[in-house]
Amino acid sequence: MASDLRLVEAVKATLGEEMARDDSVVLYGEDVGVAGGVFRATDGLLDEFPNRVYDSPLGESGIVGTGVGLAAAGMRPVAEIQFQSFLYQGFAQLQQHAARLRSRSRGGFACPMTIRTPYGGGIHALEHHSESFEAGFAHVPGLKVVIPSSPADGKGLLAASIRDPDPVVFMEPTRLYRSLRESVPDGDHVVPLGEATVAEEGADVTVVAWGSMLQRTLSAVDDVDADVEVVDPRTIYPLDTDTITESVKKTGRCVVVHEAPGTAGFGAEIVSRLTETAFYHLEAPPERVTGYDVPVPMFAREDAYLPDEERIAAGIRRAVEA
Amino acid sequence: MPRTTIAEFSVESLEILAPDGSVDEELEPSLSEETLFDIYRTMRRARRLDERAVALQRRGELGTYAPGVGQEAAQVASAAALAEDDWVVPAFREQAALLTRGASMENVLAYAMGLEEGAESSAEDRALPPAIPVGSQALHAVGIGWAQAIRDEDAAAIAYFGDGATSTGDVYEALNSAGAYGAHTVFLCQNNQYAISTPRENQTRAETLAQKAVAAGIDGIQVDGNDALAVYEATRLALERAREGDPVLVEALTYRRSMHTTSDDPRKYREEEEEVDWDRRDPIARFEAYLRGRGILTDERVEELAAEIEAELEDAIAAAKGTAAEADPADMFEYAYAETPPWLKRQAAAFEGGEADGE
Repeated sequence: MASDLRLVEAVKATLGEEMARDDSVVLYGEDVGVAGGVFRATDGLLDEFPNRVYDSPLGESGIVGTGVGLAAAGMRPVAEIQFQSFLYQGFAQLQQHAARLRSRSRGGFACPMTIRTPYGGGIHALEHHSESFEAGFAHVPGLKVVIPSSPADGKGLLAASIRDPDPVVFMEPTRLYRSLRESVPDGDHVVPLGEATVAEEGADVTVVAWGSMLQRTLSAVDDVDADVEVVDPRTIYPLDTDTITESVKKTGRCVVVHEAPGTAGFGAEIVSRLTETAFYHLEAPPERVTGYDVPVPMFAREDAYLPDEERIAAGIRRAVEA
Repeated sequence: MPRTTIAEFSVESLEILAPDGSVDEELEPSLSEETLFDIYRTMRRARRLDERAVALQRRGELGTYAPGVGQEAAQVASAAALAEDDWVVPAFREQAALLTRGASMENVLAYAMGLEEGAESSAEDRALPPAIPVGSQALHAVGIGWAQAIRDEDAAAIAYFGDGATSTGDVYEALNSAGAYGAHTVFLCQNNQYAISTPRENQTRAETLAQKAVAAGIDGIQVDGNDALAVYEATRLALERAREGDPVLVEALTYRRSMHTTSDDPRKYREEEEEVDWDRRDPIARFEAYLRGRGILTDERVEELAAEIEAELEDAIAAAKGTAAEADPADMFEYAYAETPPWLKRQAAAFEGGEADGE
């Protein structure tokens, strides 16, 4: 059985199912309880689980840091950071404690915490509400970084993240929360972390894209006179290098699309890995289509910042024609 | 429109044992002779461990070390008040508290030798590894204490931090969140007067650190941190309240008689006169005078104990050196994740095989 759901609905359904499945799962964050979250991703869960959903005091360091303690004491905290940019207020706790607890205690403690956070541009939000710093989290050993690009994967990847024994930063693309509906399996649906998926098969060029950029890429390929293969990594760390490598070995060409700034963005890591794993199969220089190296502008200029179908198509053409 | 006072607060201070060893019998906690002796013994163990660790560091056998000389009563007596199921969340100067909870000297020394083995711990130990980022650990104690509240369990968590930590956002978030959640958490601030070189009066304009609790809506109390009986009693009462969901901040007024760490030279920022003044208020000498007065300690027992401690230290040093000698560098790949991800496996294999990383 399956239901037709939006991403935000898939997230809510998964949270409820995981709480029902495992008593140690607790949900907390700013406004997640009575208000049901600013995006309504936790709407109704407080009524369903009255003693396991908490409106936290405002303070991101506190949200992450108390999660470390909850996890140490045997709970499975699922925290929401209202917007990804503000997770940097909790970055020290994430990097210095959550990510290192297992190593520092030589496996005696784990930190099975999931931090859900909406991210990315395209919804005309306030300043500081549109960033996408997935590369910053992927740079911290001990963390996992997961980005769904569809409602069904949103469910499967969130379930896997909550069940994962290590801390996971789960980034939900705000632009996709309500813009896309698809069939999502009812009941237990788990998409293993670290496994990319081929969203569209093709023979001429590989495009790697995630989050809201995946949907834009899928519509951009219609404007390109080439047989494009689109790979969605789904997990940024651990990255499924094999699937991307196999695809590029087949096509000989590669484009990485992300909305974060290009310099030191995660595209740099993917291209770098490909030079190690598929260099002699490359028939053209890898292309990157990314946000610019500027602070994400406020929403009047946001559309100029975000890669659109036109820029993505141009990047694919450059790779194909080189 | 009138201008009226809508909030007032006061901060209590607790002292039981005077520097000369005399005691306020009305406030004296009823502790067994065995417990009293244990507190004394652990303070002495911690003192000698710190002295030897500094000497070993000077000989190049340990890395940077943070001695807690002078703070033994604040740590040992507070940890002695914990129940078996309670949790300890230490900073990086908490050797004395950890020894009280059953950690070994060997672990303290191994950690100072740069080995994660020294911080190996688990939920069974009811102690987290030492936390280096100042104040960060207070939040972990809130998480643990909150988990006890959620599960309606009786245990509590005690967070240790210093005066400098009270300037951090994390400590304020911790005090505030603990109150909001009704966490079973006690905050034990050791006001040892200096954050490296910065004196307490440059740290904050607040008259006491205990009053930092007021803004968070929880109780705060100041206690003579060199008075083991007062620290014990204040912590015991704070734990009782914390178990009911009322977190408490205890400010233990004490003095870091030694250096911040072995990399620090306190002569650059404090006067000898001040140091001598605090030497006279030494927590161990004071407690020893009290125990001698009660007939619990004799010259003979003190000498016996000193010999026991030296033997324990020698064994611990040898054991830590053994751990260092056997440390496998490939261990660093073992504990980063529950299951090593494929790309990391490649790096580990390259490390083990000495192959190029790109192989």
